[in-house]
Parts: sequence; C-alpha cells; structure tokens
Amino acid sequence: MYAKNKKVIILFLVPALFLLSLFVIGPMLYTFYMSLLDWEGPQVKGFVGLDNYFKLFSRREILNYRGLSRGRPPMGALPHNIIWIIIHVPLCTVLGLVLAYVLRDVRGATIIKSIIFLGMVTPMVVGGVLLRFIYDKDAGVFNEFLRVVGLGHLVKTWTAYPDTALYALILGSVWIWTGFSMIVYSAGLETIPPELLESARVDGASEFMIFKEIVIPLLKPATIVVVTMSILWALKIFDIVYVATLGGPGGASTVLALEMYMDAFFKIPPSYGTAAAIASLLTLLTLGIAVYVAKYVVVR
Amino acid sequence: MKVRKTTLIIHFLAWVVALIWIIPFLGVFMTSVRPYEEIVSGWWHFEKFTVTLDNYFYVWNYRTAPLSKALMNSFLIAIPSTIIPIFVAALAAYVFARFSFPVRDMLFFTIVVLMSLPQQMVILPVFFLENQLGLWNTHIGLILLHSAFGLPWIILFLRNFFVTLPVELEESAMIDGASEFTVFFRIVLPLSVPALVSIAVLQFNWVWNDFFFALIMLASPEKFVATQTIPVLKGRYYIRWDYLAAASVLTMSVPLVIYALLQKYYVRGVIGGTIKK
Repeated sequence: MYAKNKKVIILFLVPALFLLSLFVIGPMLYTFYMSLLDWEGPQVKGFVGLDNYFKLFSRREILNYRGLSRGRPPMGALPHNIIWIIIHVPLCTVLGLVLAYVLRDVRGATIIKSIIFLGMVTPMVVGGVLLRFIYDKDAGVFNEFLRVVGLGHLVKTWTAYPDTALYALILGSVWIWTGFSMIVYSAGLETIPPELLESARVDGASEFMIFKEIVIPLLKPATIVVVTMSILWALKIFDIVYVATLGGPGGASTVLALEMYMDAFFKIPPSYGTAAAIASLLTLLTLGIAVYVAKYVVVR
Repeated sequence: MKVRKTTLIIHFLAWVVALIWIIPFLGVFMTSVRPYEEIVSGWWHFEKFTVTLDNYFYVWNYRTAPLSKALMNSFLIAIPSTIIPIFVAALAAYVFARFSFPVRDMLFFTIVVLMSLPQQMVILPVFFLENQLGLWNTHIGLILLHSAFGLPWIILFLRNFFVTLPVELEESAMIDGASEFTVFFRIVLPLSVPALVSIAVLQFNWVWNDFFFALIMLASPEKFVATQTIPVLKGRYYIRWDYLAAASVLTMSVPLVIYALLQKYYVRGVIGGTIKK
C-alpha cells in the first residue's frame, strides 16, 4: 500500500505541511529560540539561556508579589490567568450542565439555547465592548440592576477599579462562554437513552439521585471536553481584556496574552526576548492540556 | 400538583436566564438606533425615544477607518481564509484517514496538538517573515496566516469524518480504474458536503471574529477589518457608546446571520470538532 501510493501521499500532504511549517511550526520553534536570546530593540546581543524567563518573574506585570500577598489585584498576569481559570471553568461547566439538563423539558428551549449561544457567535471584540458597556456607571445596565434591587450605593464603573476590574471581566467571560458548555452537554444528553432514566424513576430513584448517579457519570466525555476547552480559552483570553480595560487600571486586569502583545508591539523599543518568553510560557501551559486532548479526547 | 409547581419554577428560571443573556444585546441594539443624549444615562429610559440611523451612517462613513470598507475587507479576508485551508486540509486529512506510511501517527498527533497553540506563539516570527517577503500589511499575508493556523483543527475534523465513510465505495472505484485523484474529488468530497459546510461555517466565523492576527498584520486603516475598527471608534475623551454600538451591531450581524441560517451545521461543527463519537 505504502510504496504504491507514495506519490499520492506526498502530493496530498505537501500543501498542508508547507503552510504549517512556514506559518505555524517554524514560527513556533523560532519564538522559543527568540526567548533564549538577549535583545536590544530589534538587535540580538547574544544567547542568554533562561534569563528572559527569570526577568519575567521579577516583573510586576507578570507576578506582583505585593498584590499576591494582599490577595487583591493587581497580582500580575500569570496569577490573573489562573484566577480566570479557577472562576470561569467551574461556573461555565456547572451552568452549562444544569441549563442543558433543565432545558430538555422546557417549552421554547430552542430559543433559549440560541440566545445563550449568541455569545459564542459574537466576535470577542464586541463581547469586550458589551462588557465595558454593561458595567458603565451611567450607561450600564448592570448598575441599573443594582439600583433597582436597592444596592444603589455600589454603583460604579466596575471595570475601572483595580479591586473589581478582573472579576467583572471574568464574570463577563462566563456570560460569553456558557453557550459552549451548554451545547456540548446538550449533545451529550442526547446520547443517554430515556428508558434508562425512566426505569430508574420506576425503581423509585429521586430526580436528584438520577441526575447525580446516572446522568453525570454518563456525561463524563462531555465534561472532559468542556473543562479542557474552557481552560484553554481562559488561558488564551485577549480580545475582551484589550477592548474593555487594556489590562488596567494599573495592570489590575492584565493577562499573559496581553502582556506579550505589549512587549512585542506596544512598547518602544520592543522587548522581543520577554515577549517570546511570555508566549513560550503560555504555550507550555496549554501544551499539557493539548496533549491530553489529542491523546484521549479527539482522536478516534 | 407538586410536580407542576417545579415545572413552573423551572420554566420561569429558564426564561430569566435567557433574559439576562439577551439584555446586553438588546441594550447595544437600542443604543445603536438612538441619539447619544438619550442613551448616555441609560438606554432603558424611554421617556424620549427617537429612532435614528445616524450612528450607522457615522460609522459606515467614519473618516479614519470607514466600517463599510472594513466590512468589505473582512469578507475579502474571511472567504479565501475559509476556502484555502479547507481544500488543503481535506487533501491531508484524506491521507491520514486512508493511507498508512511511516511516522503517520506521530505526524497526525503533532498536528492535532498544534490545534491549541496560542496565536502569540507564532506572531513575532510571522511578522518578521512577512515583512521580509513584503506580505506584511497586505490582505494576502493575513489570509496565508489564517489559512495555515486553521489547518490543524480542520485536518482533525475531516480525518475523523473520512474514517466514517465506507471504504468499499472508494475501493470499487479504484478497481474500475479510477485514480486516487478521481476518487478523492468525485467520491470523497461530494460525500463530505455536510461536514465541509460545518467546517466552512466555523472557520469563516473564526476568521471574521479574529482580532489579534489582524491587529498585528494590518497597519493601514484602509486595510483594517471590522473587528479591528471597533476599538478605533472608542472616542478620545469619553466613550461614544452610540458609535461603538452601531459598529458592534454591524460587525456581529454577519456571524449572527450565518448562525441563524446554518445553525444545525454550526452546532454540529462545534460538537464534532471536539467530541469523539
């Protein structure tokens, strides 16, 4: 089979491998190489090993020890990404699961699902605008809600204060991303035969027991997908932060992807060494999940 | 009776969630069709209610970076960035699904892992490379980058689809003397149309919504894509919600229409791309 089809195999693979090498694999390896060099603006001064990484960890924008010890932002981009995962992933997962399960017997579920899924379809840049908008002191509907329920004293532009900016954005990202979790769980639920739940009901199991003992274990594949994809999404978050706060105020809502952009394309002169180091660090964080996904989830 | 009560509560809560989810969109739409004075202290005030398309006209013809041009650019970039990678990936995916050769599994595994690569990990070298080649700040340069970056997930998706096709059909065609090319173009691709539509919808959506690559690879305002134009409209001293809203509505209208028309394929793409069956 191999010898006979050698020509076809090569011919069919070459376009993909060419594009991938030139724009993905090559650049990826080169970015890592860049992170090991000493840069002065666009000039290379020499090889410095892991110096850029050490530099990163002594930088306030990446790891803010004072903020960390106080437990309040700005804590640095790396802890911010981790906080993002810790809040965003469980909330989206649970909310998506409950919605998918409950909406099975709600009239108009298709409409509700489409509405919740809107955030996934919308550009994240627009998502960022929407978040900044709903949290605005005067024009924002979030603050109007607070006024209506009698919490008027809390009204402020939530994205403009270091204590709340990060958490406001994370909450917004839950609003954007729950649709994904819900859709995946909905598809997972369709694979559970209704007779299974029915017979448990006949045996006298409570609705909660059925959900906990039968539905959740059967949805494990869906849960793995939702959790891994949500972690990846929270790690790579960029657009909504860029648009809503640009990492501010005072770095209180910055994330790794944004710091990379700042180092490479915002600062004058650019700091290519640390930018490449941030990108490599981000890739390292995603890599474990990526390998897991590739090994156990997506390859048939 | 108790059951009916729970059902009622569930219905009520479900619609409350839907309401919470739709309100921001409702707000941005309201804001986009009303003058600034009416919405600056809240679009939910209706004492004075004037409907106007002025905001849309403003952003459509915005002097520095007209959204009319930006939307056009988005189409000019998203359409080829959808067609090219699907075609290239289909060829590769077919090989991964049907032929065995040394290092196949390792190669496939590597490509799948690349699926989760952060955009930041490739952008600097690509930026340098395209500068050298004169492709930076050109639409072609961005199209090439998007095409390459979309390959891993499309290859994975299509490979997983191709292995579900009955191989007998292809074999009997081969016995009848058809070449691999004929089999691929005449049998495999036509059978894959539903999968190809799903991929096209998702890839188009992804490219249309992308911000980071465009932000780095396009520098002249007349070449900007729609997502890139939005931050430019923000306003210097205070935020022009009216303009931002109109631009947001226009920019998201395209993926929303596609989603509304091709929802089935869209959802199938999201799920098929991630779950093993």
